[in-house]
Amino acid sequence: MPGKTSPEDMDMMVAGLMEEIEKDMIFYDDSGGGVTFSGGEPLSQPLLLFRLLARCREKEIHTGLDTSGYAETELLLNAAEKTDLILYDLKLVHETAHEALTGKPGFPVLNNLKQLSDRKANVNIRFPLVPQMTDTKENISNVISFLVNHTLFRDIHILPFHRAGEGKYAVLKMKNHMKDIDPPSPERVAKVQEQFESHGFNVTIGG
Amino acid sequence: MNSRINTLRAKTREKEVTLSHERAELVTDFYGIYSAMGESIPVQRALCLKHILENKTIYIEDDELIVGERGPEPKAVPTYPEICLHSLEDLEILDSRPKVAYKVSKETRRIYREKIIPFWKGRTIREKIFSAMADPWIDSFHAGIFTEFQEQRSPGHTAGGDLIYRKGFLDLKSDIRQCLGRLDFFEDHKALEKQDVLKSLNIAADALISFASRHADELDRLAATEKDSSRKAEFQAMAAVCRRVPAHKPETFHEALQYYWFLHVGIITELNPWDAYNPGRFDQNLYPFYKQDIENGTITPEQAKELLSCFWIKFHNHPAPPKVGVTAKESNTYVDFCLINLGGVTPDNKDGVNELTYLVLDVIEEMRLLQPSSMIQVSRKNPDRFIKRALKIIETGFGQPSVFNTDAIVQEMALQGKSVEDARLAGASGCVEAGVFGKESYILTGYFNLPKILEITLHNGWDPRTKKQIGLKTGDPKSFQTFDGLFDAYKRQLEYFVDIKIKGSNIIEQINAAHMPVPLLSLVTEDCIDNAKDYNQGGARYNTSYIQGVGIGTLTDCFSSLKYHVYDQRQMSMEKLLNALEKDFSGEDILHHQLNKAPHYGNDDDFADNILKLVFRAFHGAVTGRPNAKGGVYRIDLLPTTCHVYFGEITGALPDGRKAGIPVSEGISPVQGRDICGPTAVLKSAAKIDHLKTGGTLLNQKFLPELLKDEKGRQAVVHLIRSYFKMDGHHIQFNVVDEKTLRDAQKNPRDHRDLIVRVAGYSDYFVDLTEALQEEIIQRTTHHTY
Repeated sequence: MPGKTSPEDMDMMVAGLMEEIEKDMIFYDDSGGGVTFSGGEPLSQPLLLFRLLARCREKEIHTGLDTSGYAETELLLNAAEKTDLILYDLKLVHETAHEALTGKPGFPVLNNLKQLSDRKANVNIRFPLVPQMTDTKENISNVISFLVNHTLFRDIHILPFHRAGEGKYAVLKMKNHMKDIDPPSPERVAKVQEQFESHGFNVTIGG
Repeated sequence: MNSRINTLRAKTREKEVTLSHERAELVTDFYGIYSAMGESIPVQRALCLKHILENKTIYIEDDELIVGERGPEPKAVPTYPEICLHSLEDLEILDSRPKVAYKVSKETRRIYREKIIPFWKGRTIREKIFSAMADPWIDSFHAGIFTEFQEQRSPGHTAGGDLIYRKGFLDLKSDIRQCLGRLDFFEDHKALEKQDVLKSLNIAADALISFASRHADELDRLAATEKDSSRKAEFQAMAAVCRRVPAHKPETFHEALQYYWFLHVGIITELNPWDAYNPGRFDQNLYPFYKQDIENGTITPEQAKELLSCFWIKFHNHPAPPKVGVTAKESNTYVDFCLINLGGVTPDNKDGVNELTYLVLDVIEEMRLLQPSSMIQVSRKNPDRFIKRALKIIETGFGQPSVFNTDAIVQEMALQGKSVEDARLAGASGCVEAGVFGKESYILTGYFNLPKILEITLHNGWDPRTKKQIGLKTGDPKSFQTFDGLFDAYKRQLEYFVDIKIKGSNIIEQINAAHMPVPLLSLVTEDCIDNAKDYNQGGARYNTSYIQGVGIGTLTDCFSSLKYHVYDQRQMSMEKLLNALEKDFSGEDILHHQLNKAPHYGNDDDFADNILKLVFRAFHGAVTGRPNAKGGVYRIDLLPTTCHVYFGEITGALPDGRKAGIPVSEGISPVQGRDICGPTAVLKSAAKIDHLKTGGTLLNQKFLPELLKDEKGRQAVVHLIRSYFKMDGHHIQFNVVDEKTLRDAQKNPRDHRDLIVRVAGYSDYFVDLTEALQEEIIQRTTHHTY
């Protein structure tokens, strides 16, 4: 989409989005909140993203970037410099399993995270806890050891799988591949939280 | 909660509400038999109060610590036949209606039939008012353009200030003597009138002192026969308190509470002022007594809490006086709108939150009573901790406390020309109405149906329901070539009806000034003594009259729709639209659906919100600054109580797509279900109203209790409140949604489009969720439901 957007259209898009973002300015001041760019993958529209990040910085609006981490390293590091907080999805620390589940190789995701750590970027790790997929003994211990050994990041959000999106699949007439998966029990979530905490992580459930 | 409070609380909750004829009979006896005909009207009113207080039943409940009942027993509600007279049919309806009933005994009906109705028929204030009103007023009233507060209750709407904590009634009597001595019968041709008022205040002071000593006598009698030694000691201590107050300035926390309570009972016995009476800035007024008793070791926080709980129960013992006439069929409410104010700033502009504030919040949480209502005043100076404590109570879902912006209230008062110190003593009473406590009479005159006036404009002055030409002929709406032309016609109609309302209210104020003075309320309202003028004659330091606009959200959406479809896009002709309205959209599904495309108020969309500003300016301009009959001026409020339902019932289909009979929008909230951009957009839109130019606005927000369950959620709401208040928002209340509402939302999703629920780390519109998820959320809510 960005490739086909004319400069004029892009200007209008930036202006329009900034207008929306600035509407809530008074609330950002009180809450310390701001705008979070998410997706899809915001890094797949770098031109628009970079212009918005620059404009937000001018206006002193706090920015967050919600990314899967699957992006060109240079692009990500560049974006990180212009962003106040990165929300980084870490799903699976296992090369073949990552590719099998997401269709993309896992190595760039891990390498990028390591690079962000080297540059001391402000990152919150987001770990989706999905039964049978990410919620396995092996994966959790891999995630912990990767973060401990290769990064400085110790703030982690565990995102338990939920079914809130069910209705939307129906509306969009899409097949819901997760239909038969149950959300993890509160006991299970607490257990995983404990596991992270025992390794010195600062854990938030949800968010 | 200890066992004493537990028992008292259960008693007041379970006790059936009855209608008592005691007061009506005493008033009738006074005027029929004892009345000193040669006395002036103010003196007669004071003597009448004295007659009631010296002869009514004294009731003392087992184990209670604060004494004084308006009726012969708790929840026995008196009537006020000199203001409005219940017919036998009214009594029948009150007795038998399914909700908010007042049980009426055979004896009461007999006394009404034999004594009260024959004496008062034709002599009530209500009848005086209706016979004094000109045809345009009567027609507008019946068409539902406005309501009239004073047709069934006396002007009130005021709250107690700090006077009674500084002075006893004997001190006030000495002030009266000094003023009597200063009267100038050479130069002042009103000196005699003033003398009569001062005499009446003096008699009212004696009346309440003697009411207190009757309680002291009864308590002494009970102490003499009481076997239980600790209750005996309590009786003796309570008797001592009743001998001291209200005659003397209170010296202890207990005395301060009992003093206020006697005054409260006295004022709501004298007459039935709208919104009862109100202890004003409660934590601030009581704190010095609390602090001193704690420091002297004469009271513990637990004992103070017990006294406060007893005090709370007294409010609950006093349901609102029952209405008369057609309105008796409506369910109404037992709530008499007494609103406890907490927090805010001190007169020297410091943080007004103290230890007592938190203790009172504990009491509110524990008591969970419908009455009294409570609110917190939030200023920049108050700590977040205070708001979060209140949010924990809000989370439990009984609609209290509501949240007010002190900094806005202070500015509203100062903009009205009041002194800054007085402005800092202000607060809100009733629903959201701001006034200077103890120094201002700020009476509400009636609700004003803003959308109905558009319906009238679109019919060239004709009301389709009552089938009468009640408005001006502002022109055939099809003839307006521009939006401005249409809006100008609306403005002319609006101004026409505001004139009718104000003329009527000025007459009513004069009727009350002449016939219904209120010596006791005057005694404690500054500067009635100094001015030697009754509260109802404009004796207070400030005298404001309010007209309360209803349906500003609906009206904004209507004009937005007309501008968008008829004048800007031009894809819909006025004729076609009017035709569809005539049929209440039946057979016009496509057009009805199309109307939705216009921008709606509540979404931070300037197209709609600029119209909101236009409408606000028109209403504000038509009312504000017009003189009332008491030396003050008229101003506007934007609040509905439940009147948006009645106003909806009598208003036909409107251009925003609202069908006939559906409630109009309430307060300054957007039309139900039309705000679809989340709470920050609602607050932004609502803040485009110039709140500081009003005397109060009301904004409702709905939340699920989950949002307020943890520290993070509460902190987020604190930020939301702070942001809204920074934009000068006057008031916000959080209705924590219960299971019933969620069930209704499942059945009627269109009515609940704005209902936001916390799903899983994020929030979503409830109606967008799958049924299974909706069920899950309902399960989460139910264990919180009271």
